[in-house]
Amino acid sequence: MHIPDGFLATPVWATLDAAAIPAAGVIVRRAQREFDESRVPLLGVMGAFVFAAQMINFPVGIGTTGHLVGGALLAFTLGPGAASVVMAAILAIQALVFQDGGVLALGPNIINMAVVGVLAGYLPFHLWGAGRWRKWAIFAGATLSVLVSAVLALAELLISGVHISASMLGVSLALFLVSALLEGAITLTVIQALEAIQPNFVRRPAEGRSFALGAVGLTAVLLATVGVLFASTAPDGIERIIQSSPENGYKTGAGLAGVALVWAACFIFGRVITRRRSA
Amino acid sequence: MHHVVLERWSRGNTFIHQRDPRAKIAALIVFLVVVATAHGELTLLAAALFVFLSIIAVWARLPLFGVMARAGVVLPFTLVFAAIAWRPALIPKTYLSAMAVLIVVATTPLPLLMRGMESLGAPRFLLMVAQFLYRYLFVIVEEGQHMVSAARSRGGSFRAAAGALAVLFARSYGRAEEIHRAMLARGFPGYFRTLGALRFRAADGCFAVIASAVPVLLRMTIG
Amino acid sequence: MTPLIEVRDLRFRYDDGTLALDGIDFRLDTGESVAVLGANGSGKTTFVLHLNGLLTGAGSIQVCGLAMEKRNMATIRQKIGLVFQDSEAQLFMPTVLEDVAFGLLNRGMRADEASDRARAALATVGMVSAESRAPYHLSAGEKKRVAIAGILAMEPEILVLDEPTTFLDPPGQCALAELLMSLPQAKILVTHDVPFAEAMCGRAVFFEKGKIAADGDVGEIVERFEWRFTLPVSAGGAGRPRGASPPGK
Repeated sequence: MHIPDGFLATPVWATLDAAAIPAAGVIVRRAQREFDESRVPLLGVMGAFVFAAQMINFPVGIGTTGHLVGGALLAFTLGPGAASVVMAAILAIQALVFQDGGVLALGPNIINMAVVGVLAGYLPFHLWGAGRWRKWAIFAGATLSVLVSAVLALAELLISGVHISASMLGVSLALFLVSALLEGAITLTVIQALEAIQPNFVRRPAEGRSFALGAVGLTAVLLATVGVLFASTAPDGIERIIQSSPENGYKTGAGLAGVALVWAACFIFGRVITRRRSA
Repeated sequence: MHHVVLERWSRGNTFIHQRDPRAKIAALIVFLVVVATAHGELTLLAAALFVFLSIIAVWARLPLFGVMARAGVVLPFTLVFAAIAWRPALIPKTYLSAMAVLIVVATTPLPLLMRGMESLGAPRFLLMVAQFLYRYLFVIVEEGQHMVSAARSRGGSFRAAAGALAVLFARSYGRAEEIHRAMLARGFPGYFRTLGALRFRAADGCFAVIASAVPVLLRMTIG
Repeated sequence: MTPLIEVRDLRFRYDDGTLALDGIDFRLDTGESVAVLGANGSGKTTFVLHLNGLLTGAGSIQVCGLAMEKRNMATIRQKIGLVFQDSEAQLFMPTVLEDVAFGLLNRGMRADEASDRARAALATVGMVSAESRAPYHLSAGEKKRVAIAGILAMEPEILVLDEPTTFLDPPGQCALAELLMSLPQAKILVTHDVPFAEAMCGRAVFFEKGKIAADGDVGEIVERFEWRFTLPVSAGGAGRPRGASPPGK
């Protein structure tokens, strides 16, 4: 879900732009250490591939079609670091050339889709991608990547004071779930087709990776995301604080603290995962 | 296609086209922040900002209706959202922001814009990836659409689409390897070098200051 | 006189074990134009990829007297200009000028000097007006010319072109032939286009299953291997060229 300019409240987009800058710096430095600029053409071309892939219609019966987002697919083939860089590049081109997503909103969009989305997609694969549950890991990862990004975007909008009725909220979440499950199905089918062509295209999560750490990471990301959503919608405790304060600052603050938590969780676990891989 | 039009517009030669990309980026950011932070009674401010953007578009010899129409691509999503959230103020904000971005991109060739962003501190690796992405975007999109129509003419199904995607992945990967070989064949040392530094002139400074000041002043007096 | 290229007993096996080159001996002297002919999969492209070190096999290769070693690679890649079959993959920079200047910048040239030399190379191929255009928008013939400019800018001594006429229409093929004939460098042309080969080259080598089966006058080789399009015997033609695979293989 690409958030356009004008939707988010100033504290929200400003904080997320500020958070995105070091996040982008870390990811890029990590990608650069692994790749040096020789990998730029590969990442660029695979970004173009994802763009093209997003346009392909997947018939899902009853006359509707679904589309791939691609963050998880990139993570399972190029690795999470490269996938984040590619998704960020895609978002930048979409915002600048196609006016799909805002420019000030690039920070939030990158955090939602290129950072948290990719990480949430990769963690199940990191945990279970090497064993019997590989197919489920791929499916779950792809589903989570879209679901988490969408929920975060929704939360950011709510924090910005965009009022959405409870029923509309339910409908939105249901739609997100459907598109997330679709992403899971499409990604799994494409990965299987890829393995038939050239098994080396798809990564094998390294042996000896820390299960406990990965599990904690995944739980943290999920809890924080859900937490942010509830914090942004919960009426009681926060409203009381708001009524007693002259401005909306506290609600915004609480929600932003939650988003910052999500970002911090990704940051830490992202570094741990790469350190493990290069060890 | 849109990108062809956009590239044609960006190769113009007006005063606006010739300005340093950093000046345009700075003015754009100021404009976007002014719009994003505006609240309350928006109609008059929105109209004034629209006139400001239109003047720049005309000065840059861009077709005004073309620009307005292209910026309108954000409207469908925004209208739906404005209805759901009962926030009509969303519409002018989003539209003006899109129009401003479009004008900058329509007066600056993308490689030059990226050089400007790099000079302002954006991560080089990310910009180079975006540059290669854009270079091969339409090549691969076309390839993808050929494959899809081929698959569809044989009775499209979910599995067929996934298979087509996998083949497109493999072909793209192979293309990237060819590109790498072509780079090595011409002595690629592991990093890219650029053709020229940007030169910020007095005219660029004046433009940046004035183009930033106008929206701010409008906001302070009207908004 | 030192040959420009001297290849002795070159052997190369792919990762999956297929033997692609089985003892190749080859020599190129100054000013020569050689056509490389042979069936698909006979090793032609694999062979030329060894000439500038993109692939490494067993045996010895010397380019302008330099052995194919890591320390000579930069110089060798300047001396041999390789024009790939797919110009789309060769023109990877956002504008024509940046692409032609790519090799020069890699050698450490200053940006303004690189721009000037790039423009001179574009002038040689007649594409100066395209300098700020995006390669995507050029026609196949224009792309091929820009690719050649990118190679010429590096002042090579040998031009290697892999199937250069593949995407070109007949006028494009004529323009390419005219351009190549005006260039003084020695040339190696991998091609299926027999009339083009006969027009451009005096000598040809014929690849067959990873070996050079013949090396000599281009006309004689074309005759010997019947390397021409002809109608099948049943339709009143002379029959399929020797060394070509039957349909469906």
